[in-house]
Amino acid sequence: MAGITFNPILAVVLIPLLTAPLLALLPGYRISARINVLAALATLLAAASLFFVERPPPGNYLLVDDLNIVFIVLNTFVAFTTSVFSASYIGHEMETGRLPISYLRFYHAMYQMLAFAMNLAFVANNLGLMWVGVEVATLTTVLMVGIYRTPAALEAAWKYFILGSVGIALALFGTILVYMAAQPVVGEGNNAMLWTVLIANVAAFDPALLNLAFVFLLLGYGTKMGLAPLHAWLPDAHAEGPTPISAVLSGLLLNVALYALLRYKLLLAASPGALAPGPLMMLMGLISLLFAAFMLYRRRDIKRLFAYSSIEHMGIITFAFGMGGVLANFAGLLHMVMHSLTKSAIFFAVGHIAQIKGTQNIADIRGLTATHPVLGWGLVAGVLAITGMPPMGIFTSEFLVVSSTITHAPWLTIALVLGLLVALGALLLRLGGLAFGEPSGSTAAVKASYVPLYAHLTLVLIAGVYLPPVLVLWFQHVAALLG
Amino acid sequence: MEGLVFDIAHSLAGGLVLVSFMMLYQDRLFALINIFAIQAVLLALSVAWQAYMQDAPHLYITAAIALLFKAIVIPIALHRIIKQLGIHREIEPVVGIGSTMFIGIGLVALSMVVMLRVTGQAAPVAREDLAFALSVILLGMLMMVTRRNAVGQVIGFMSLENGLVLAATGAKGMPLVVEISVAFSVLIAFIVIGIFLFRIRERFDTVDLSALDSHRGGQ
Repeated sequence: MAGITFNPILAVVLIPLLTAPLLALLPGYRISARINVLAALATLLAAASLFFVERPPPGNYLLVDDLNIVFIVLNTFVAFTTSVFSASYIGHEMETGRLPISYLRFYHAMYQMLAFAMNLAFVANNLGLMWVGVEVATLTTVLMVGIYRTPAALEAAWKYFILGSVGIALALFGTILVYMAAQPVVGEGNNAMLWTVLIANVAAFDPALLNLAFVFLLLGYGTKMGLAPLHAWLPDAHAEGPTPISAVLSGLLLNVALYALLRYKLLLAASPGALAPGPLMMLMGLISLLFAAFMLYRRRDIKRLFAYSSIEHMGIITFAFGMGGVLANFAGLLHMVMHSLTKSAIFFAVGHIAQIKGTQNIADIRGLTATHPVLGWGLVAGVLAITGMPPMGIFTSEFLVVSSTITHAPWLTIALVLGLLVALGALLLRLGGLAFGEPSGSTAAVKASYVPLYAHLTLVLIAGVYLPPVLVLWFQHVAALLG
Repeated sequence: MEGLVFDIAHSLAGGLVLVSFMMLYQDRLFALINIFAIQAVLLALSVAWQAYMQDAPHLYITAAIALLFKAIVIPIALHRIIKQLGIHREIEPVVGIGSTMFIGIGLVALSMVVMLRVTGQAAPVAREDLAFALSVILLGMLMMVTRRNAVGQVIGFMSLENGLVLAATGAKGMPLVVEISVAFSVLIAFIVIGIFLFRIRERFDTVDLSALDSHRGGQ
């Protein structure tokens, strides 16, 4: 596969991998922040070129198909915008001395390692390699979450490490079981782990073994997705780490686990004797949605608030994919893209807000639209979008989820809509205090990068008003693939 | 000959489960670490036996990693860390030893019932191996849940990982086993020894995680 010719899949994986050691060696914050942005941009361009160049046939390790292109492009795009945000965020952290300069090389190197691991999980054709990608991504984020070294950050990192490790361990056991199911049919060795080989032969696999495997995979990757009741690490990890990492966690890392789960769902759906994976996913999705929606009311920390909102939205997405059918899958895909864009935009705003005010306590942040109009209104737009207000893109996707629930499982619509409304109420309640009223705390100006924030919000708005037909066709095609 | 080969694989895997039980009732850290080292040796023997049975030389690498890294390097490092940091040497279990043992027996019974029923079509060696592996995994999780102490939790995790390696090597011809065992060793070495214990020690007097719980950020 490797050759002189330009190979975009290889580039998507290799650019971050090679940049990471470079950033680990380079001193100086300015230059490494710039290289970080450049590398992320190069990766994005390589990912975008996947649309245009002829796709290589699936190899022993790597694969590009219609499903993972969506994930790769979204992933590299948000990784790029977050690196722009990260440059200004980290600049501020350095000035205030919250982050010692010696950690900076570590931070940037880890950022690229994370990008590498996520891209690897997406392009892997080998299920073992996909698992390695998820594992490395977990490892790097654990290190980043603990980077401030405060007691709370250490506790969050420890909790994330323990729960994340158990999650990936369960996922590995599930992967081994899938191999055991495949081995009698397709023979020993590498073939029995290649997704393309498995999906072609899955009908002959032992369904009982596949069922058991899926339970482990759902629990394992479900932990990484933050599905209730396995979500305990997620709010802490979001609240205590640097905000760019919160943005990447919510916007991207949860998608990686979702993607892994979708691959296995496809396998099970293609096996006639195996249990239907849909109802299990719908159940976990609905529980996560309802649980997170009610928990939103009791949050006092702004980053924790939006972390619970991520659990809620991952619940909706899992529910939609679990329901299946072209409409629900379409809605799930669209919702996933919209959630990634909106939630990372919110974290971009929240990151600067917490820096200005010096606190993450919701009660101590008031009247943002008066003191910092650009940031404040950005936050208002982001929160309105995430609660599913028209005309933003999330309204479209939530509308599609609800309407396909009405046709497929009418009774569940009540629970779904209840969850959505409860979450809406909680977020609007908190937003009122944050954005309006008597200003509090510091009103100092901030060197913020508004471009990533508004770029994401504009994309979400455009998607809500007018979804380009090319994109609709593409998503419909992928939704049909997902069955 | 077939019978003997099978019996040896079987008793080594069964030995791992037995040692997992021994770890459940230890109440002193040094003893726990020593027993973990015994489990790692058993794992190395078991993996080496699988390598011989399956005629798969690359599995000897996994066995060597288990022996060198988990049976020697990690236990020595943990001993030194505990001494240097002056960590409490007693383990305070969250659940009593008796009830932990009963839950453990239940978990082993569960994994036997589930795995043996489900894997009817697989080869007998692989079947029993998987059933034992799942027992070790579940017992490792039980240990992580019932220990407050950070070192205890890490050992629980490593024992869980021993179960995973056993399962992976039992699945005949599985690719990437060596890579996965290396990835896990890196995970353990990197996080556990280097970063966490060191950092936790920087801020706290103990690595008892209940001390961490009092620092929860604003909910």
